[in-house]
Amino acid sequence: MSEYAIRFLAGGLAVSVFALLGDILRPKSFAGLLGAAPSVALVSLALAFSSHGPDYTAIDARSMIIGAAALGIFGIVTCHALKHLRMSAMGGSVLAFGVWLMVAFGLYKVTLT
Amino acid sequence: MMVTVKLSSLKDGRWYEYLIRFVLGGAATVITGLITKIWGPEIGGLFLALPAMLCASATMVESHERRHKRERGLQGAKRGEDAAALDAAGAAVGSIALMGFAAAVYVSISHMSWASLPLALAVWTCTSLLAWWIYKRAKRIVPRGKAAHG
Repeated sequence: MSEYAIRFLAGGLAVSVFALLGDILRPKSFAGLLGAAPSVALVSLALAFSSHGPDYTAIDARSMIIGAAALGIFGIVTCHALKHLRMSAMGGSVLAFGVWLMVAFGLYKVTLT
Repeated sequence: MMVTVKLSSLKDGRWYEYLIRFVLGGAATVITGLITKIWGPEIGGLFLALPAMLCASATMVESHERRHKRERGLQGAKRGEDAAALDAAGAAVGSIALMGFAAAVYVSISHMSWASLPLALAVWTCTSLLAWWIYKRAKRIVPRGKAAHG
């Protein structure tokens, strides 16, 4: 229970710090880089390393490379949904999230299984 | 193009938006931990690059821009969508840096122990800046619309 409380607080704090940086930096396209900041990853990998050691953390990180590649597709799909399909930010993000899931699991199947 | 700090943009945010971010960030970290516990680090690792924050951030950017325009008596829908699209484009570029972060941890964690995390963060920062610089240069060399016509 306490492990999840620590996760929640540390994750919330890390995400808030990167998001605040994203708010104050200009131009907007540069601030968008912070949207792909390793906030959740930093906390999760640190906790994985302290509880399970380096081999377990390395497996986590290897899969994260695939998740991050899928995140690139997420950004492109969101951008196109807003600019060309004139969708709302919420609608475009939800559509892109579905694409992220498919790409992440598709790449995982192709490369790691 | 110079990167600048605009502290006044903090005034655009509402207190509950910061709270939502904190709760979403905490929840995403807990959910990632649960997925890893149930399905193992191979599946859990995918979710370390979960775009939950991007969904929230795109919606917030859009609502900020709309509010700005509305306060000036203008229609802000298009401006809001454009700002959110630009944010998403930045995140697409940033995903290259996130891959660099993960690769740095993967390669170095066995030899460098805890030091691999700050190293990976440094790799992420440098790769972000480089990717953004290349993106900006490419946009200047091939302006929008010209590429399609050769």
